[in-house]
Amino acid sequence: MSEPENTTAAARRGVAARRAPDDTDRRLINALQGEFPLSETPFADIGAALGLAEAEVIARLQSLLDDRVLTRFGPMFQIERMGGAFCLAAIAVPEARWAETVEAVNAFPAVAHNYRREHALNMWFVLATETPAGIADCARHIEEATGLVVHLFPKEREYFVEMRLEA
Amino acid sequence: MTHGIPDKGALTRPAERGAPVASAAADAERAALTELDRRIVLSTQGGLPLTARPYAAVAETLGVPEAVVRARLAVMLADGRIRRIGAVPNHYAIGYTANGMSVWDIDDALIDAVGERVGALDFVTHCYRRPRHLPDWPYNLFAMVHAASREAALERVEEIAALIASEFPGACRSRDVLFSAGILKKTGLRIGG
Repeated sequence: MSEPENTTAAARRGVAARRAPDDTDRRLINALQGEFPLSETPFADIGAALGLAEAEVIARLQSLLDDRVLTRFGPMFQIERMGGAFCLAAIAVPEARWAETVEAVNAFPAVAHNYRREHALNMWFVLATETPAGIADCARHIEEATGLVVHLFPKEREYFVEMRLEA
Repeated sequence: MTHGIPDKGALTRPAERGAPVASAAADAERAALTELDRRIVLSTQGGLPLTARPYAAVAETLGVPEAVVRARLAVMLADGRIRRIGAVPNHYAIGYTANGMSVWDIDDALIDAVGERVGALDFVTHCYRRPRHLPDWPYNLFAMVHAASREAALERVEEIAALIASEFPGACRSRDVLFSAGILKKTGLRIGG
């Protein structure tokens, strides 16, 4: 799960895309952020709406994932509706310990995503656990693994969440 | 669910005889569905198979009919356990190179009114109330702004500031913007590990 070429520069840049999407890719990305069909052949149905063959839809999707233009494709689960919890968390990571800390934090399966941000609190990540108690447990394990304080920012109220970004 | 012809007593005393049996059966069915749904989550949280019939592929690994997988996904979409099925773009790759997490120290008495208003702005993609971590972190409102450039993102943050100042004078005590300098991981949730 850790990045093989975990040099400081690569770790700082993070999961960068390897190419820019072309116009057809963008149409496909936008279509795949809408209602994905629950039919027997959903890729054929998406293709029919865009004028693309089923095989091309699948091949492009595979290539967009391989090149990291897309980070994932599938159901987005709302773990809070299944008895679990999400929590935003942050660590102030000393620059000298950046690469090892990225590796240590990302190694936890409960870390759903992780961003570098420009602030004294420079690492911001989201924990997703099957039970609400799992958040505090996971934060403690990350503190043990990194020797750094994990600050938790649980959501007290959600005013708005948009799940789509137009390509 | 009948197990033969009920006697007269069962018909006249449903609370004593019929109901517990029916409720035990319903509980068992519910538990079986919960377990099936969990197996569907485990087998699809890493992504849907990129094959012509992805639901059939999931069904085969679970040993259930394809129609059942499609029906359970539909139920999970309807009750909100699945937000949506589809693609998650790397926002850098599709042109949203500036990802600013704007954070605001808002008067507790006005936080929900301000949060609702800021969350309704079309360029705010996520908006939450979160706890302060005093003294270093006085901010209780988080509003994520995506834009094609840092300048454009900062302009939008200024728009939020102007809106709060005009509609809720004095409510905002301080603010900051934390720009993203790279995605370190973005796998989505992984349970059952």
